Amino acid sequence: MRGDVPMIIGSGKPIKDILAMIEGCTKILIIGCRGCVTVCSAGGEKEVGILASALTMARQQEGKPIEIKEMTLERQCDPEYLEQIRGVVDEYGAVVSIACGAGVQFVAEKYRKIPVFPGINTNFIGVTEEQGVWTERCQACGDCKLHLTGGICPIARCSKSLLNGPCGGSANGKCEVNPEVLCGWQLIYDRLKELGRLDLLEVIIPINDWSTSRDGGPRKIVREDLKL
Amino acid sequence: MRLSYPTNVKIIRVPCTGKVDVLYLLKTFQSGADGVFVAACMEGDCHYLTGNLRARKRVEYAKKILDAVGIGGERLEMYNMSAADGPRFVKVANEMTERIKTLGPNPVKRFRVTNVQEKPCEEMCP
Repeated sequence: MRGDVPMIIGSGKPIKDILAMIEGCTKILIIGCRGCVTVCSAGGEKEVGILASALTMARQQEGKPIEIKEMTLERQCDPEYLEQIRGVVDEYGAVVSIACGAGVQFVAEKYRKIPVFPGINTNFIGVTEEQGVWTERCQACGDCKLHLTGGICPIARCSKSLLNGPCGGSANGKCEVNPEVLCGWQLIYDRLKELGRLDLLEVIIPINDWSTSRDGGPRKIVREDLKL
Repeated sequence: MRLSYPTNVKIIRVPCTGKVDVLYLLKTFQSGADGVFVAACMEGDCHYLTGNLRARKRVEYAKKILDAVGIGGERLEMYNMSAADGPRFVKVANEMTERIKTLGPNPVKRFRVTNVQEKPCEEMCP
């Protein structure tokens, strides 16, 4: 696994929660995704195998055996890859997708007659700090300001998403929210100092327009030049 | 030395315990094993430096999954021993056999069915 690859980070759901979702199903299809969730070891081919094995054993003990088919798609967020399960999916009572929330929803959208359940929780857009450690970097606010803040995002790295300097809760480089969380603005200050660009701190960043973020409702991008 | 150990212990050889994956461990139980122990080299003695340390973490993770599915993590254990320490292997094999006898058979076998997705062990292990 290569370090520092931005991606969507997910983590497994408790097995008992998934067992509750598939209660009553005798045949299910578990689909993984070879994209982000493979890199963060939450929803790739191996995790499909582990989940299938765990569910099979749990159900066998209850005397309610379950037939599980394992599949892992290149991506679940592109329609052409989702076509690969057409014809297969109808044979199953339910689909457990261990892709990110986007993948789970896209499967549900494309296969309307089969219940689709999430097998993982989608956590954040982040990086692999080291093998087995992932941290958040981006909140997809839709209005990138990294050029003003030394490449450190005040929206995602500051617990309060402050845009002009730290709050009074910053102490010894740590955030008052959690002593393990680094103060985003301390990081920004240190980085700008290293770059010799402390002058950038004098640029007042105006009140944020959150309409490009979630406040504007579900977002959409259309590129006419790319449409077929 | 000609030491003997319980005949119920079947050995699956791997090049290093670093090869032992969570999925291998789960599949052994899915295939009906009542218990599994991983016999690794002494810590600090791994030929590949950290294979046994990684195996220990994977065993811990697999134990949690076994607990979650109701098989019980205590059916899986990790032991460190020198390849030259036959008596220790025998002691561990006996200890684990006794533990599993107390726990009884793998609960998965109670309602065992021929599973569609079950892969033969040979396919999983080198």
